[in-house]
Amino acid sequence: MKKAKLAVWKFTSCDGCQLSLLDCEDELLQLAEVVDIAYFKEASSREVAGPYDLSLVEGSITTADEKQRIREVRRQSRALVTIGACATAGGIQALRNFADVEEFMAVVYAQPETIATLETSTPISAHVAVDFELQGCPINKRQLLEVISALLHQRPPQVPAHSVCIECKLRGNVCVWVARGTPCMGPVTHAGCGALCPSYDRGCYGCYGPKENPNTESLCDWWQGELEADRVTVIENLRNFNAGAPAFERESRRQLGGAGQEQSDDPE
Amino acid sequence: MAKFVLQAEDLDLLIQAIRADGYQVLGPVIRDQAIAYGAVEKADDLPRGWTDEQEKGHYRLRRRNDDAYFGYAASPQSWKQYLQLPRRQVWQARKSDLGIQVREVVDEAPAVAFLGVRSCELHAIAIQDRVFVDAHYRNDSYVNRRAEIFTVAVNCTSAAATCFCTSMHTGPSVTLPSDLAMTEVITDGEHYFLVGSDSYRGRQILKQLPVRPATAENLQMADKAIQAAVQQMEDGPRHFDSSDLKELLYRNLDSPAWDEVAERCLSCANCTMACPTCFCSTVEDSTDLEGAEAERWERWDSCFTGEFSHLSGGAVRPDTRSRYRQWMTHKLASWYDQFGSSGCVGCGRCITWCPVGIDLTEQVSRIRELEEP
Repeated sequence: MKKAKLAVWKFTSCDGCQLSLLDCEDELLQLAEVVDIAYFKEASSREVAGPYDLSLVEGSITTADEKQRIREVRRQSRALVTIGACATAGGIQALRNFADVEEFMAVVYAQPETIATLETSTPISAHVAVDFELQGCPINKRQLLEVISALLHQRPPQVPAHSVCIECKLRGNVCVWVARGTPCMGPVTHAGCGALCPSYDRGCYGCYGPKENPNTESLCDWWQGELEADRVTVIENLRNFNAGAPAFERESRRQLGGAGQEQSDDPE
Repeated sequence: MAKFVLQAEDLDLLIQAIRADGYQVLGPVIRDQAIAYGAVEKADDLPRGWTDEQEKGHYRLRRRNDDAYFGYAASPQSWKQYLQLPRRQVWQARKSDLGIQVREVVDEAPAVAFLGVRSCELHAIAIQDRVFVDAHYRNDSYVNRRAEIFTVAVNCTSAAATCFCTSMHTGPSVTLPSDLAMTEVITDGEHYFLVGSDSYRGRQILKQLPVRPATAENLQMADKAIQAAVQQMEDGPRHFDSSDLKELLYRNLDSPAWDEVAERCLSCANCTMACPTCFCSTVEDSTDLEGAEAERWERWDSCFTGEFSHLSGGAVRPDTRSRYRQWMTHKLASWYDQFGSSGCVGCGRCITWCPVGIDLTEQVSRIRELEEP
């Protein structure tokens, strides 16, 4: 059987999600046996020309150049899977979507005129068709291997879109929200981490982004009304790595009474 | 059943006798700021002098003003976790030149004793038995585990604010069979357990203990203690008439109450995970990278997820309204048609462990209220 060609692409991101692939260690050798790692700059300077059977895309779109480049990646890829909060929701850099990017540049850079950037950070799915989105900041390497295995063998990936709460209950954790009054994003957050934070007695802070059918508004109402969380805490939790995910963005704007809507470039 | 008195200081002898009979004892222990179920090796492991304060979306560990061993109400998770495992491997397959070999994974069923099973929980186990043992689709993992369980039931002598077993006719007094059944009595400087047995193996344990036959006064004190729990619930806000629930819900599939609850419900599935009778599971099939090995795992699932009702083209129940309505009407109404009883035992776990405090008993009242012209 001909080996499938795998490519790993980077857009605006910290490289942490690609690193999860290198972090696989034991499974990496097996992966190299079953696929041809044709383009993976973080791991090798070898470059094999496209088309590719599977492209893993990390990072968000923040420059005009990236907008062009993602179209080319899509054109060259049979299946395109986005990995991580940047690629699936715009990442931490989507905080710019709520502010004036010119102002940011003036504060950070000595010569802002040398910077060419877009006003927003948007997920890959806002620009091209995506076959599967693997959420998480960073992604879980086991889930990444599961997605690759699933695509190689043409079966659905076992990546449930349900809440972190289900992972807590499967582990037998006592709910930190109910038993301690700790604000926790678990009920609106996508599973995948194995309920890491609640297992260490702290609240989930939503690094896997929204779950399927999230009710962010009801969660925030209870945080404020019953758990005595102030608005700053609520907004900090919504405006994190997944600030640009529609369910989190909508609620953080509601919390601010719709402020900043004029700058919105909602990818929805 | 003949009743005996076991002094509280001899409770450890009971635990050791059960252990010596080859059982691993599981019971209430303090863990993660709650009274949860876990391994019990000695009486000192039990939450003596502790209780729980439970309300909608609220649970706190509290000190009691006595030394009761069983002075708490429903634990965060039920005994379900030991009978219907949250996750278990079902089979493993390997592809070779000889074809595909599938090997069933038969998990070992340990001999386990449940210490401190409440009446509502015995009812919950009986309900799960009807699903996994008696019904058409047996679950061998459950059947094997269930067969090995030694149960030490405890009558409830105090109720949490979230308890409503009296409304569901499942407690607080133990009426279903158990190996041993106890009532904890604390009065006038006395602290003892009234103990009886329904089974041969229970009597064998009882024989080894320094017990004496109960007096009429002992029986009266135990009954009084249980009556206190009954009174607490009957005077509480969650007491209601459950006799017409099936008809009520079937009449109100389009009640605006479903829209109201959907505004608040997080569809996070905590209620179904904490519920001692919710039995739904899914299977997850996966392969390794090479495609030479495949596995099937069974894990708890919930009617609150989108994947639960996913068919070709999407989820049959795409929104929270339809998911909540499915859960509640199944639990309180269609369960009667399917299994001949209610699916709710009134333990109140779904109320306590709902992060946003949705209360099943309030939903019932609300549906009733909105129905009235």
